[in-house]
Amino acid sequence: MTPPADSKAFSSEVGTGSREENAAKEKNGAISRLEAPRNGSIPPAPKRQKFLPTLFRTTAFKLTAAYLVIFALFAAFVLGYVAWNAQRLLADQIRSTIDAEIQGLAEQARQGGIRRLVNIVERRSRGPGASLYLVTTPVGERVAGNVEAIPPGTLDKPGESEIEYSRTAEGIETPSRAIVRVFVLPAGFRLLVGRDLEERDRLGAVIRRAIGWSLALIFILGCFASWFVARRVLKRIDGMSETAHGIMEGDLKGRLAITGTGDELDRLALNFNAMLDRIGELMAGMQQVTDNIAHDLKTPLTRLRNRAEEALRSAQSPDELRGALDGAIEEADNLIRVFNALLMIARLEAGRISENMSELDLSEIVSGLAELYEPLAEEAGLSLTCEVAPGLKVHGNRELIGQALNNLIDNALKYGAPEQGGDGSVTVSARQMGDQVELSVADRGPGVPEADRGRVLDRFVRLDASRSKPGFGLGLSLAAGVVRLHGGGLRLEDNAPGLRVVILLPAGSPKPVDTPALAEPAASTAAPNPAGLPSH
Amino acid sequence: MRLLIVEDDTEAAAYLTKAFREVGHVADHAADGLEGYAMAEGGGYDVLVIDRMLPRLDGLSLIRSLREQKDETPALILSALAQVDDRVKGLRAGGDDYLPKPYAFSELLARVEVLARRRGAPASEPTTYRVGELVLDRLAHRVTREGQEVVLQPREFRLLEYLMKHAGQVVTRTMLLENVWDYHFDPQTNVIDVHVSRLRAKVDKGFEPPMIHTIRGAGYMVRDTAR
Repeated sequence: MTPPADSKAFSSEVGTGSREENAAKEKNGAISRLEAPRNGSIPPAPKRQKFLPTLFRTTAFKLTAAYLVIFALFAAFVLGYVAWNAQRLLADQIRSTIDAEIQGLAEQARQGGIRRLVNIVERRSRGPGASLYLVTTPVGERVAGNVEAIPPGTLDKPGESEIEYSRTAEGIETPSRAIVRVFVLPAGFRLLVGRDLEERDRLGAVIRRAIGWSLALIFILGCFASWFVARRVLKRIDGMSETAHGIMEGDLKGRLAITGTGDELDRLALNFNAMLDRIGELMAGMQQVTDNIAHDLKTPLTRLRNRAEEALRSAQSPDELRGALDGAIEEADNLIRVFNALLMIARLEAGRISENMSELDLSEIVSGLAELYEPLAEEAGLSLTCEVAPGLKVHGNRELIGQALNNLIDNALKYGAPEQGGDGSVTVSARQMGDQVELSVADRGPGVPEADRGRVLDRFVRLDASRSKPGFGLGLSLAAGVVRLHGGGLRLEDNAPGLRVVILLPAGSPKPVDTPALAEPAASTAAPNPAGLPSH
Repeated sequence: MRLLIVEDDTEAAAYLTKAFREVGHVADHAADGLEGYAMAEGGGYDVLVIDRMLPRLDGLSLIRSLREQKDETPALILSALAQVDDRVKGLRAGGDDYLPKPYAFSELLARVEVLARRRGAPASEPTTYRVGELVLDRLAHRVTREGQEVVLQPREFRLLEYLMKHAGQVVTRTMLLENVWDYHFDPQTNVIDVHVSRLRAKVDKGFEPPMIHTIRGAGYMVRDTAR
């Protein structure tokens, strides 16, 4: 089955060839594609002539071969059993025929003596398809019958035996087999009646041949079927490999073909495609973030460079130069801030900050921050109200939660001044809501239009109305990242007028070991946990 | 003040040594962790400024080794790793302060000077701080200036307490945020300035000379300029 060239290639792969040898073969293009890719190199594309050696290694082939052997064994057993039974049945039939004849002939001999017996035997011997008959004298001389040669001593043993015989003198060379029965007549004469076993033996031969043929046929058909099945499966898998190859080489639009049969391979292909779609989305997201970063970092960098250049070109006095340098440092500090925020968001999104989580007094954090910002609010002409229920506990990182809340309050102070003047109040509140803690920062500013509420959580998104104010559009993204990491959710609401940012955090348990009890109700509530992060 | 700077980036090290020498300190430089350890063990330094990532022996291991030798020289860790956990790890290893890169030299200087002063200070804090005519009684929670009581909010009291504890030294905004409020994140606004100006309104208004000074590009300082 295996072409010689292939079998060589086959044995060389599994041989003890060293890595250097294999590498050399790879250069000559003689290496098999089954060699695992090294150092990220892409293995050569599958070749047709490698198909048969490959076939022997496929799971489909191995399975088929195993089934084939088992099936052949069963078939041989069943057929053998049938043959043996058929032969036994036939032999039983022959025996009863012989018995009946002997009884009839013995009766004749008793009634009409030896002469009558001889007559009957001679008549019957001539009939077509006759049984075997032999009548001899007590000393063994042949009196009548159609048997010429029998093994010596057969007539001495009355009863049944299986012997080789010949009907004619010439046929001694090629004896036939028969079941015979010897009956001792009165006066010592012996009567032998038998039937040829040719029929039985022929049946046996036919059955044996049938077994042989069917086994051969099973084997050939099985080989063919396994080859066919393996080829079908292999073809689809090779198709998948090729698509995967294309994707690795940069064709990100490539998708696996779906046959519509809904079998395992189809399901695999569907999942694979879904995975590719997800990767594509992530890539697109990444691309967007990269673009944003490029834009939002390049703008201040350009400003920084322009300022330095301008100072070099036109500054007249040391004071002017000093001023330009101060400006440059300020710009650089802003850039550092953006970098820090971006790195922090990236780390939050990767879910890597899991240390330093402890039981926190959220009430203390919230009122502390409100107190920190109260003078700033007053300076901005706003009033900062703090409505915090005492003793609220969450499990988390103090710095992160502080930073998130800080960003929200900072935003509220920056953007929360009422458009028409009047009561500019910012309200920070925190309260227990079942097994969650609700934290909110509400202002009376222009708010965020409903259509933009999802968008403003993205990095670098700044609504047109806020472009005139300082900021980078990272504060809300960072806050959302922190909340997600803590297994909570952040949403924006209409404060009519104004914006209300609501954070839901899983409430901390009184005992730190109580995490399963915390995780279970959290899963059943509406707390969004899109990142699937652990809630502790 | 004698400083040891352990920093493998030669340019950064040269900048730091030069800058510290300009303000009148003695600064030595070690280029890797092992050299830094050998020099620090030799002793005689008031403050160690140690980069976290160093060849041959990293900064945290260096500090840990020194602490195992009962060497309690104050150490400030400089690191590009600026996340919350990194800071905690640095302090746990025995560092006394942690400053993420990139930093302003004024911030580093202020922190190093506070560390050096802390070393020379007596083990127990005095119960009263006195700067000129400004007196802060830590036990009675009372502040007086020229004998008149100045009424402060609890947080304002702590702010003034910290400033007066480091009287004559520059205290940066970040140091105030960390030590008075115990926040280690970036508020992104001049929130500290507002608190200081409120405090200043209570402490300095109606008195001469002003006690709370703004140090441009660095922070604040409480100082009696009358003397």
